[in-house]
Amino acid sequence: MQALLENWPLWLQGMWMTLLLTGATTLFGLPIGILLAGMRVSPVAALRVVATVWTEVARNTPLTLVFFFTAFVLPKLGIILDFQLGAIIALTYYTSAFFAEAVRSGINSVPIGQAEASRSIGLTFSQTMGLVVLPQAFRSVLPPLINVVIALIKNSSVAMGFFVFVLVSVAHRLSNTYGDQALQIFLGIALSYLILTVPLGQLVDHLERKWSVQR
Amino acid sequence: MSGSVLFDAPGPNAIRRSRILSIVFAVVAVAALALAAYQLWLGGAFYQDRWDIFQSPDLWFGARGLMVGLRTTLTIAAIAAVGALILGVVFSILRSAPSKWVRVPVTIVLEFFRGMPVLLMMLFILIVFSTGAYWAVVWALVVYNGAIIGEALRAGMKSLPKGQRESGLAIGLTPLRTTLEIELPQAFRIMLPIILAQLIVLLKDTSLGYIVGSPEIIRIGRQLVDFYDRQGGPYALSMFFVMLAIFLAINITLSWLVRVLARRMAQPRRGGPNLDGSKTEAIPLSTQAMREVKDPQAEITRLPGAGMGGQG
Repeated sequence: MQALLENWPLWLQGMWMTLLLTGATTLFGLPIGILLAGMRVSPVAALRVVATVWTEVARNTPLTLVFFFTAFVLPKLGIILDFQLGAIIALTYYTSAFFAEAVRSGINSVPIGQAEASRSIGLTFSQTMGLVVLPQAFRSVLPPLINVVIALIKNSSVAMGFFVFVLVSVAHRLSNTYGDQALQIFLGIALSYLILTVPLGQLVDHLERKWSVQR
Repeated sequence: MSGSVLFDAPGPNAIRRSRILSIVFAVVAVAALALAAYQLWLGGAFYQDRWDIFQSPDLWFGARGLMVGLRTTLTIAAIAAVGALILGVVFSILRSAPSKWVRVPVTIVLEFFRGMPVLLMMLFILIVFSTGAYWAVVWALVVYNGAIIGEALRAGMKSLPKGQRESGLAIGLTPLRTTLEIELPQAFRIMLPIILAQLIVLLKDTSLGYIVGSPEIIRIGRQLVDFYDRQGGPYALSMFFVMLAIFLAINITLSWLVRVLARRMAQPRRGGPNLDGSKTEAIPLSTQAMREVKDPQAEITRLPGAGMGGQG
């Protein structure tokens, strides 16, 4: 633990990068995810096909391979990116598919009777969506979206293998220098991840308990 | 979109409009793809000298060939899957132990395992236990996925009707045997789709071995690119496409299998007829579990039951 305390600027740097990757990916990935989810339920067939291919390919590719693309393939094509930017692009591409699925499953989780009822009392499509389906979908979308962010925090660790200094890299570097304290160092870094993921997980539990009663 | 309750069945005008939109968008999408392909072609990505290495059997079957990497990936996944299932059963039994002194520490440990990145656990095992990269990947995947599967099995057992356990105890089985012979098999059946989905995630996670240095397929691919680049044009792009194709083929097949299985299990299973000819009751399936499985690729970090749910 002492090694970590002595090297707190290093820890701060790793923590900052982990938060930056998570934040930037959420910022860019969430709108893309919502767009993809919208495309998947749209009446226009071509939009549906493109969105389906995007999500299926992204979800079935290991994140490491996506990073391989941004870190090693793009430079060979003449597109030279900053490693951090490459990491954000890779994470955004990968995570957008999971955001899309979370949004889509949230929309689908609104019981069909809700839409039927509002249609049968004469509401139009936009009224049905705006007044009945979406407000309820938001409730069931938020917990899975937060779950995606939790997974994202953990996934951002992959950036370590591609020259970005995240929290895991702190553990790696310090345990090389302070071999005798490796156990404490790893414990400290694991706890650093837990202080990010556990409160979010509790928030999910809380939201689900609070909102499941109301329907 | 016929049959959607959200809007009326489209009339001729709406159908024409959506068809036009569809065509316009398809043209734009195809044009974008063609432009990208043309750019790649200008860059020489499709020239023969970018792909010739894939004709050499050495690249596929050599001692450090792609197939060897693929075999390592699949072997790691297989060993870790078996280990994770066994550990998951142990965790689920401990997690629902009657004694608070067992249950609470196990719960905390499981939460700990699930809350950190697998990569951190791999590095930890690699450095602290110095097992070598291969076994570090295996053990980390076993522990991490064991924790998740254990949590899934616990949720499955919790969703069973209370009478299952009570009747097991009533016919004189010990609590442990009741868990092992009555509750676990049913929990396993309920949660099978979730568990299988998690095993696909496990397969994808073996590629983290690239970072810790186990010779799985992406690492081998990288080494091959470095090796062949010294003899000719840059092969990174073609190698990327080959590896992408391999992973997509394996993962999409497995996801499809899981989906088929989930659909089959969603239909209630009926046993044979009773003595009086009436049908037996169907075994209840957790609807939450079935909902989860529509998404076999979701990385499940939290599970249904006890105020949890969703994927992420």
